[in-house]
Amino acid sequence: MSTKLEKYKTADTSKITTWFKAAPVSALPENGGACIKYKDLQIAIYNFSRRNEWYACQNLCPHKMQMALSRGMIGSQGDEPKVACPFHKKTFSLKSGKNLNGDTCDIATYPIKVEDGYVYVGFEN
Amino acid sequence: MTRIIVIGNGMVGYKFCEKLRAASSKEDFQITVFGEEPWPAYDRVHLSAYFSGSKVDDLSMAPRSWYQENEIDLRTNELIIEIDREQKRVVSHTGTVMHYDKLVLATGSAAFVPAINGVEKKGVFVYRTIEDLDAIMDFGKKAKSAAVIGGGLLGLEAAKAVMDMGLETHVIEFAPRLMPRQLDDAGAGILKSKLEDLGITIHLSKNTRQINGNGKLTGLDFADGSGLSVDMLVISAGIEPRDELAKTCGISTADRGGVIVNEFLQTKEDKDIFAIGEVASYQSMIYGLVAPGYEMASQVVNQLCGKASKPFLGFDMSTKLKLIGVDVASFGDPFGELEPSENIVYENKNSGVYKRINVSKDGKRLLGGVLVGDATAYGMLLQMTQNKMPLPPNPEDLILGNRGGKAPESAGLESLPAEAQICSCENVTKGDICQLIEKEGLYNIDEIKCCTKAGTGCGGCAPMLNDLLKSQLKAMGKQVKNSLCEHFDYSRQELLDLVKIKGIRSYDELLDQFGKGDGCEICKPAVASILASTWNELVTKQDTIQDTNDRYLANIQKGGTYSVVPRIPGGEITPEKLIVIGQVAKKYGLYTKVTGGQRIDLFGARVDQLPDIWEELIDAGFESGHAYGKSLRTVKSCVGSTWCRYGVQDAVSFAIRVEERYRGLRSPHKLKGAVSGCIRECAEAQSKDFGLIATEKGWNLYVCGNGGSKPQHAKLLINDVDSETVLRYIDRFLMFYIRTAEPLNRTATWLNKMEGGIEYLRDVVVNDSLGIGEVLEKEMEFMIQTYACEWKEVVNNPELRAKFKHFVNDEQGDPSIGFKEMRGQKIPASWT
Repeated sequence: MSTKLEKYKTADTSKITTWFKAAPVSALPENGGACIKYKDLQIAIYNFSRRNEWYACQNLCPHKMQMALSRGMIGSQGDEPKVACPFHKKTFSLKSGKNLNGDTCDIATYPIKVEDGYVYVGFEN
Repeated sequence: MTRIIVIGNGMVGYKFCEKLRAASSKEDFQITVFGEEPWPAYDRVHLSAYFSGSKVDDLSMAPRSWYQENEIDLRTNELIIEIDREQKRVVSHTGTVMHYDKLVLATGSAAFVPAINGVEKKGVFVYRTIEDLDAIMDFGKKAKSAAVIGGGLLGLEAAKAVMDMGLETHVIEFAPRLMPRQLDDAGAGILKSKLEDLGITIHLSKNTRQINGNGKLTGLDFADGSGLSVDMLVISAGIEPRDELAKTCGISTADRGGVIVNEFLQTKEDKDIFAIGEVASYQSMIYGLVAPGYEMASQVVNQLCGKASKPFLGFDMSTKLKLIGVDVASFGDPFGELEPSENIVYENKNSGVYKRINVSKDGKRLLGGVLVGDATAYGMLLQMTQNKMPLPPNPEDLILGNRGGKAPESAGLESLPAEAQICSCENVTKGDICQLIEKEGLYNIDEIKCCTKAGTGCGGCAPMLNDLLKSQLKAMGKQVKNSLCEHFDYSRQELLDLVKIKGIRSYDELLDQFGKGDGCEICKPAVASILASTWNELVTKQDTIQDTNDRYLANIQKGGTYSVVPRIPGGEITPEKLIVIGQVAKKYGLYTKVTGGQRIDLFGARVDQLPDIWEELIDAGFESGHAYGKSLRTVKSCVGSTWCRYGVQDAVSFAIRVEERYRGLRSPHKLKGAVSGCIRECAEAQSKDFGLIATEKGWNLYVCGNGGSKPQHAKLLINDVDSETVLRYIDRFLMFYIRTAEPLNRTATWLNKMEGGIEYLRDVVVNDSLGIGEVLEKEMEFMIQTYACEWKEVVNNPELRAKFKHFVNDEQGDPSIGFKEMRGQKIPASWT
């Protein structure tokens, strides 16, 4: 289990070496997510159009190790943007990756930007 | 920086690390943990879940990555063999030498193996670690029967495990009753008969003298001359503290085992060495439960951090658990032996319930008691005992309930003192929780759980937490409003009215006009359901407010694949259509299973395969079965008067008519119906949200039943009505439910909450007391007229179809999906 999880490490914006051109903006639903493949990683990206924000995090839910977070509903808790895993509704902050129920591991988040109609996700190394 | 070494990575050792990291900064303490087992600490309390399919990782207290994140050096598979107190260092079997400032012994215990001739034989096991369980499971494949020595808590857990493996199960207890330390004779008697009903044979007063067999065990001899033939033996007769390390370094241990500690959990000879959990012996007592172990861990953490800490002066051994499906609880002084007392006993052998409370001689205090079969009162009774709360005038009300119908039952909760412990696993008091509610303004249960960890251990206190929150909010004068979530200050019913009156057709519109924030996983699907129940538009138009099942029009399953259920109205299907289902399943490699609703479920489809599968099904004349929606599922039927010699009405034809009438109808929760052709009720209509039973004169209509975790019989709404009339009443009933129920309440729950109950409902539906009968019928007529098969729309719409893929930047399906084989079909690899 841990080997699967350990592939995902929060990427620090200041250390980004690769901006991966992931998908055209039009490939993403409004206020929802989709999954992209980068090397052997699965990354969930979200177009939070209501807040005019974009987020990226691991697609793997650490609770039961399911590749599912991109299919989760997004929303907010207070001001914190969050995603709920479709399997058991574990929720995670899209900003910090923190598990908001307090009973599961946190998730890794990645920098994301939109340029010329394309979504780019940042990776270290 | 203080160097801490923890020897032992069990539940208590882990808890110590968790609490120490939570209470101090990482710079203050360097933590190293040695565990002899190959994996990080796991939940030994729920070990038997391993037999029913849980994996090591499911039982894990925290994954390895948790230790890394918290900078704890976890060394599994490494056994400490020496403590050098002079040099303040430990030595492991691999030769690692490490210095400490403070040492924590959390070595726990091993299974106690009585000295019986032949315990070394093949087929004899103990029940303690994952390795033990692996060995038991492996051997059990070849065995037909198994005996467990030990009729206590652990023994019965082990018995459940072997029973789950499908073996003939025997429990052997030395004492004349089961659970001799927790239960009295009568309580143990009820437990025994309940377990016997499940097929477990119980042997009491048996002293095992000899384990027979030539190399491999074949049976047991008892001291009374009797014997028992079995293929396997599991010994679970108690625990033995792992105090051997302490002994070798000159630290005192108790006569009955365990490292002797004072009220600060320090060992007698060395103030820098602590012992916690099952290895610690305080005043000759070993505490073999999790809660006292956690309490000890807290104590030591507080001391290390220089915080005030109460001395450990023993711990209440009250316990409540579910043993093989039977609730058992024992609290305070269960036998009423510690001081003069009177007991009050309720026993119902028929329903298998036993309750006993011990009351002080002066009748003023509760001292303890025993509950078997029904332990719902445990939380309250334990609180009354621990806090010496005054008893009600008729103490028997505590176990018999309120028979006069006067004083409300929750009166007790408000009278609890602030120091009353609500969650014993995490030691959270009523005061802690009330403080959070009053001062911090936490008004929802998840926030409270998150802040205090209360209710996250065994979960036994969860109902009490909920009640406490409600009563506290009420006491504060807060209106306990049924608002949907933090984004809408409206109930579902109010939102539905708003949607209708204002003509709102999208979630965003509703949120903009009547909500705040950005929505969440509670309000989005609830509003989606309201919109669908009102306008009946294609749900995938607003796909991101739907739960995943409604977004992909299929049921998500373990591993992330989906299952497909075509509608088979009334359960009637032609051979041609059956063949098509078989062909489709074969072509896409799907697992097939007949459902409880008389249809066929096809499992294991990748999200990108769904539209192709449905295209083929639709071509063959199938339509969506809405198994994924909070909507009408099936109308089950018996064969009825067409074939059955007893039938009085054509149940199948009518079931098909009813199912096709309400297909696709979205509602607050799923809806199930049934039609039986005669009084024998083979379609089980009385367990459905609406059920029809044929009579000579027409139909009897039953409503608001369900199966599930809290089965409830449906209630008779009206009898002997003709087909047209019964449909009109069902129209009204369903629409009234859709209009007024809270989200995710089945009809049974809805009725239970309804003031006036079934009589009121009958007034509304049959007598039209609100004068809305015609409106409800019109609304239903609209739903019927606007029905369209969702899958047909998706299959024929390339834009919608394109949404069914795993990656947006790659055509490949999810590479992490894996299958294995079972009984000739595929199943998901595993729930890791």
